[in-house]
Amino acid sequence: MKESSLQDGYIEHAPGFVQNKGPKLVTSRFEHKDSFTLEKYLSTGGYKGLQSSLGRSPSQVHDEVREATLLGRGGAGFPAGIKWGFPPEGVWPRYLVVNGDESEIGTYKDRLLMERDPHQLIEGVLIACYALGLSQAFLYVRGEMALAQERIAIALDEAYKAGYIGKNILGSEFSVDVVMHWGAGAYIVGEETALIESLEGKRGMPRLKPPYFPAAIGLYGKPTIVNNVETLSNLPWILNNGASEYRKFGSEASPGTRMFAISGHVNRPGVYEVEHGVTTFRELFYGDNFCRGIRDDNELKMFIPGGGSAPWFFQEQLDLPLEASDVGAAGSMLGSGAIVVMDETTDAVKACLSVVRFFARESCGKCSPCREGTTWEEKILQRILNGDGRPSDIDLLLDVGDNISPGPYPVAAFSDEGLDAVPFPPRQTTICPLGPSSVAPIVSAIRRFRHEFDSLITKSDPIPLTLSVEEVVT
Amino acid sequence: MSFFTSENEEIAKEIVSRYPVSRSALIPLLHLAQEQEGWITKPAMEQIAELTNTTSVEVLGTGTFYEMFKFHPVGSYLVKVCTNISCQLLGADELLEHIKTVLDVEEGEITEDGLFTFEEAECVAACTEAPCFTVNYRYFHRATKELFDEVIVDLKAGESPLSKGAADDQGAMPKHGTLSRVRQQIPKSRCAGIKHPDESKSPPKWIKEGV
Repeated sequence: MKESSLQDGYIEHAPGFVQNKGPKLVTSRFEHKDSFTLEKYLSTGGYKGLQSSLGRSPSQVHDEVREATLLGRGGAGFPAGIKWGFPPEGVWPRYLVVNGDESEIGTYKDRLLMERDPHQLIEGVLIACYALGLSQAFLYVRGEMALAQERIAIALDEAYKAGYIGKNILGSEFSVDVVMHWGAGAYIVGEETALIESLEGKRGMPRLKPPYFPAAIGLYGKPTIVNNVETLSNLPWILNNGASEYRKFGSEASPGTRMFAISGHVNRPGVYEVEHGVTTFRELFYGDNFCRGIRDDNELKMFIPGGGSAPWFFQEQLDLPLEASDVGAAGSMLGSGAIVVMDETTDAVKACLSVVRFFARESCGKCSPCREGTTWEEKILQRILNGDGRPSDIDLLLDVGDNISPGPYPVAAFSDEGLDAVPFPPRQTTICPLGPSSVAPIVSAIRRFRHEFDSLITKSDPIPLTLSVEEVVT
Repeated sequence: MSFFTSENEEIAKEIVSRYPVSRSALIPLLHLAQEQEGWITKPAMEQIAELTNTTSVEVLGTGTFYEMFKFHPVGSYLVKVCTNISCQLLGADELLEHIKTVLDVEEGEITEDGLFTFEEAECVAACTEAPCFTVNYRYFHRATKELFDEVIVDLKAGESPLSKGAADDQGAMPKHGTLSRVRQQIPKSRCAGIKHPDESKSPPKWIKEGV
């Protein structure tokens, strides 16, 4: 892309990232072209958080992170400091697995953090290992992210040579090895137990919880902490500035900032670092500091607030703050920080199929309701779009969904009928949430845009359901 | 009969040594095999099994789970077009049709000159730069039909099209199978020591005795 074609806020060397007004806790170096080098990292305060950690006891470092209420940025939003306290006493060795297998629809913050500031992530890894007594860390990078792998490999080499990783780090007793591992294309491996299976050289299928909570029985059956890239990238800042400074940003329940990727029909799509809980969706989509409105001044039809797994939101949720608890109470989730905006020209059935097809293709096949169910959902939606839909198909879709995720499905779409939304997350008949995720777009689309399904089905000329005996025999 | 070249065999052993349990190296070694040959062959799986203390069936079992591993030859350049929601909203379907017409092959097939294979991809994590396609996992953002045509012209002429891709990623375009153009190298003198989980059952020194 030529510089002249860039809108203000974009940075040529960091495509997708938008620099806006507001605090920068994890993206502060993105403006530098050479932000990924050790030299630049050191000249901008790099590895000071590690040094300050080594001046304290491991439990003091853990306390600092606990006090900061650093919430996991992978999707579930669980506080990292509490997760760190789960390994059972006296069981060693313990491992750290960094989840960089970012593949959720619409999500890409971790890729930028790995490409633009790998040392920040590595420093976060080291701080975690020091605090928890972890003897080895594995940086699992998504297979398709070739540039991120390059940047991390180089950064690890630099950090080993400079004495930040390996034996007797900075002359102390603290010693840890950090190994880059990379996947080979499977969305499900982003689920923490599947990630561990994959790291053990197996098919990436989730394990049953309980008993396989990674913090108790993880990699090689040992206690394992699995943290997201963005979560760990926050640690250097927290250790440099302290938990109380950190808590000054964001809200009481969710301190700090979050990276949001806003894609779709907005005028300035991009990855933004946004303060938790302060900004509303409306500000994010229409504000001058953010996406600057919907293209061609079109009306907003719907938006996905937190990755493909999240139930859709509509105009009436625009004034919700970007706060996990508010979004959850409204029947969806902030999830992985992926927001997809769709304007009035969007075909709801087609959009629904696009998201459902993703889950059907990425189902690992371990649980029948998901393996069979997602495939059927895709087939039914496809035939409705092809003009082969049957009047019973809408009920069939909901029924298949009910087999994967029984009971009332939490969707914000209910609110237009005056019903209270059912809080997220849904129930599931599967080991992991992949299958139930496919139900979110279906229930959202049918509840709100049933007429679009109906009009396609009314015009349909479906293939007859029954065959004569002769036809079956021949 | 070994599959890996002697140089790659050394690299493979080095990779295995980084893991507490050798089977963990299985996926990285499959990548290495694909880097050498462009796809995963039977002799490759046999040697990977030897190196990771598994059987070639286990290697096949793991490998076939992951879509990046190809168990049949593909073109030198693997084009992946994202058709997921963010890209679809901004014209990915038209781009895909164009790519099909230009390459004149079905998905997964190789063009006559042996250069190209295309696949429809699920989200490639460049959603704000939609529509997007990748060639050997290198990004091309805000793609148009014209951009795709230019990339094809470059590749046919043996030139790197990366100057037309994501501004952050420059240099030579590697052949299919090569992901990172550099490898992590842990200097022996700096390695903290990688042990089997059964050999390190006591808490690390800095936890026990402080730094």
